[in-house]
Amino acid sequence: MVFDVPLSFLALQLFIGLQNGAFYALLSLGLAVIFGMLNVINFAHGAQYMLGAFATWLGLEYLGISYWWSLLLVPIVLGLFGILIERALLRWLYDLDHLYGLLLTFGLVLIIEGLVTDGFGSSGLPYDKPALFAGSERLALSGLTGNERDFMVVPIYRLWIIVAAVILCIATWYMIERTRLGSYLRAATENPALVRAFGVNVPLLITLTYGFGVALAGFAGVLAAGLQAITPHMGSNLIIVVFAVVVIGGMGSILGSIITSFALGLVEAITRIAYPEASNIVIFVIMILVLLTRPAGLFGREA
Amino acid sequence: MLRKTLLATALGASVFGASVFGASVFAAGAMAQSAIAAELSDDMVKIGVLTDMAAVYADLSGDGSVLATHMAVEDFGGSVLGKPIEIVSADHQNKADIAASKAREWIDTQGVDMITDLVTSSVALAVQEVGREKNRITMVTGAATSRLTGESCSPLGFHWAYDTYSLANGTGTAVVKNGGDTWFFITADYAFGHSLEGDVSNIVKANGGEVLGTIRHPFPSSDFASFLLQAQASGAKIVGLANAGSDTINAIKQASEFGIVEGGQNLAGLLMFVTDIHSLGLNAAQGLFMTTGWYWDLNDETRAWAARFEAEAGKKPTMIQVGTYSAVLSYLKAVEKAGTDEAGAVAEALKSMPVNDVFANGGTVYPNGRMAHDMYLAQVKTPGESAGDWDYLNIVRTIPAAEAFQDPAKSGCALSQ
Amino acid sequence: MARALVASLTETAATLSLRQWLLVLAALAVLVALPFFVYPVFLMKVMCFALFACAFNLLLGFTGLLSFGHAAFFGSASYVAAHGLKVWGLTPEIAIALATLVAAALGLVFGFIAIRRQGIYFAMITLALSQMVFFAALQMPFTGGEDGIQGVPRTAFLGIFDLSSNLACYFFVMAVFVFGLFAVWRTVHSPFGQVLKAIRENEPRAVSLGYRVDHYKLTIFVISAALSGLAGGTKALVVQVASLTDVTWQMSGEVVLMTLLGGMGTVFGPAVGAFVVLTLQNYLNAFGSLVTIVIGVIFVICVLLFRRGIVGELQARLGRRPS
Repeated sequence: MVFDVPLSFLALQLFIGLQNGAFYALLSLGLAVIFGMLNVINFAHGAQYMLGAFATWLGLEYLGISYWWSLLLVPIVLGLFGILIERALLRWLYDLDHLYGLLLTFGLVLIIEGLVTDGFGSSGLPYDKPALFAGSERLALSGLTGNERDFMVVPIYRLWIIVAAVILCIATWYMIERTRLGSYLRAATENPALVRAFGVNVPLLITLTYGFGVALAGFAGVLAAGLQAITPHMGSNLIIVVFAVVVIGGMGSILGSIITSFALGLVEAITRIAYPEASNIVIFVIMILVLLTRPAGLFGREA
Repeated sequence: MLRKTLLATALGASVFGASVFGASVFAAGAMAQSAIAAELSDDMVKIGVLTDMAAVYADLSGDGSVLATHMAVEDFGGSVLGKPIEIVSADHQNKADIAASKAREWIDTQGVDMITDLVTSSVALAVQEVGREKNRITMVTGAATSRLTGESCSPLGFHWAYDTYSLANGTGTAVVKNGGDTWFFITADYAFGHSLEGDVSNIVKANGGEVLGTIRHPFPSSDFASFLLQAQASGAKIVGLANAGSDTINAIKQASEFGIVEGGQNLAGLLMFVTDIHSLGLNAAQGLFMTTGWYWDLNDETRAWAARFEAEAGKKPTMIQVGTYSAVLSYLKAVEKAGTDEAGAVAEALKSMPVNDVFANGGTVYPNGRMAHDMYLAQVKTPGESAGDWDYLNIVRTIPAAEAFQDPAKSGCALSQ
Repeated sequence: MARALVASLTETAATLSLRQWLLVLAALAVLVALPFFVYPVFLMKVMCFALFACAFNLLLGFTGLLSFGHAAFFGSASYVAAHGLKVWGLTPEIAIALATLVAAALGLVFGFIAIRRQGIYFAMITLALSQMVFFAALQMPFTGGEDGIQGVPRTAFLGIFDLSSNLACYFFVMAVFVFGLFAVWRTVHSPFGQVLKAIRENEPRAVSLGYRVDHYKLTIFVISAALSGLAGGTKALVVQVASLTDVTWQMSGEVVLMTLLGGMGTVFGPAVGAFVVLTLQNYLNAFGSLVTIVIGVIFVICVLLFRRGIVGELQARLGRRPS
């Protein structure tokens, strides 16, 4: 027993916290990548995540595309959609104040959510995840605690979410910090003019980056489709929390976003046990505390 | 300086003059307006359908309620007391302020005599107040809150299809009687959730059951894992979901991951609609108990009505949409009986007539405005039992009207004391 | 107070040219005549949102700070006014004054935390703070949670003048509106407003000139919050309802939209934006989600092509310097 709570219960709660953190990580990673390269706060990130979930549902319902193929295809489709948005709309705003990017994507949210509501109603759509992921496994903890009766129920689907998110986060981090393409990206963030002078196609990099960020949101949407009801507004509530996560982590830091996301997932999980009523605002409270002490966020650089 | 003072005086005087001019013209204007309103009201009966056309409740009410209203007017013959019947509709976006001002506008400028649907509790409460103030009938079919015929009741306000009390009562009583005597509540942390939880707790205790615990979750939530685990840890036989809409759907959907039902616990959704079952899919929802005011597959009459509705709308009607049909039809009958569309007289007529139509059989209107009719306890079919889309429910028990709805004397409404 | 107002009016009067004078008089005449042609409750709502948008624009347009949490001031003021009118039976001027004070106090708290950061951070911090106000409004007993406060009475102005008829109420709201806009105008055209513009254009330079930038920012934040509160409190009187709608982040977004649409570099542009948005909402109402889509499209077009907004574009086309 820890804090008067059985260990198995606590372990599972923390596990759920990690899984929520996985969603924060996928979404804040996309936001961070986009912000780093484009200097745009992608307000439409939540709507793009929602589109990912809807695309998964549509694929199964009308084209018979399985969950596994959706994992691959939906991010690609969303990425192309992102590229379209970037080419058609966002690129006109790069010379202006950052705020215009935020405002434009806010307008996009209205349009996307309105269209989806119009087409599919708003009471939610069902999606049955693959049978492989149904239910949960019991995991013995006796080796850890010495108590025969200690075990932990592990919901398979949530375990998969954590695994998938961690793999993707590490891959993204590796790509940006350790590969040649990543070094171009980082350099173009610092000094686009210079990088262009070296013959790198910076506008193309920008376009691809936005597409990639949107694809990440789409991937998170596929994962969410198996977990919760698919509704047109599922993204808008989540994205505000993710904004807070990003502010806490510090804008533009890839690793910072990932670590902060998982950590805040855990904090939220503990709040859910200790004082569930506050679990929706605990992240905002932390955000205020962080800003009062470290205005640039935990991992951010002072602008 | 002199110039400044002169200018200031002029500016001040012009503001003052403008106000005086406004005030003096206003009296004449007010008179002219009321004269116009009375004239319009004499010419026709106008029904307003104020509903959610695009947001979370659009599938439950929305366009379907407007269609149901048209069907009611058509079935009534298109005219009442030799005057035409007109229908207007608008989207309130689930916002009480938009709903209240739309209702005012309708009454002030278009001579609307009755407003119906009014899905969302905040909307219904606000518009019922407008009706009371402006002397117009409101017939709520969409919203759930029992406050409409309780502490907030109005002599001109009617609550037609269902309410939180009847849903919670129906499911709560049946579940306890089936042996589900220990409960754990997962409650949406705001006024609605608290009152739903309170209602059911009382019913559980009155039937000899016990409430083991409660957890309040923030509204809205998309992840219920943590709350479900706490419910599981409590060992209660029944996990009562005192929430609504996507919160309930997500809670049920996620419960299967933790083997809550396999572990011998059962879920009870306390405020559920057939559209929620549609959203959940039968795999996740099967076996769940819920209470409903109407179901399309009750008898030949309901099936025929539903088929007619489906031919236009492309899907089966919900209890709210049929309730709207019933409310409009009853209203028109009451206007005919009263011989006027004056709200007070129509309200009297409504309260003195039994309700017999496709929605209600032998329904009675209580003094507090509650239309009491039989409710149905239903269990969600398994995927194997279901013949396809919208074939979702087995009716387990008919709950007689007197049992289903709260005794008006206990509702807290001053009209029925 | 009265003396200060007269002094302020005097000063204002002196700075206006004859043509501006005529414009002011014409606008007043239109305001007075309008309720006889258009449904007054709609006009009152427009005035409330117009004032809200103009107040918001003090930050965005004249200080360069994008607050994405202004609904918190508008909404909480609306709750306070509704509670005051309904439960305490206050007269409207006192209820609204109280609402304004509460909004100003809230603005002080928000401002204190938010002005530490600029640009996007500022936007996101105000957004997060306003989410906390939303949760508080959902939870606190006096707000009625999800149900809101309904049946708010239109009590008598000063305890004497009955406001229950729409036209009487209209002239009361008009007075509040004119006062509010005057306050906005005055703020912009004061030495204080000049410093704000200096901060907007080049903050480091303003600092080096010896201005205590944070004090200026905080002050304008509180003024903007207070005037938003004035609008919110008045709205509770007009629609006789206070509900969660007014504290949601969507409402914060809506006011940004109105401001941008009307013209954020202009004093009264946001009022025009509010009028356009509310008119669209009112007349496209029967088409469900079409409203959201149309407004979204207009918003995107504005951001891409007409960043000066309606009034700003007009001024530019007519070759007038922005006032």
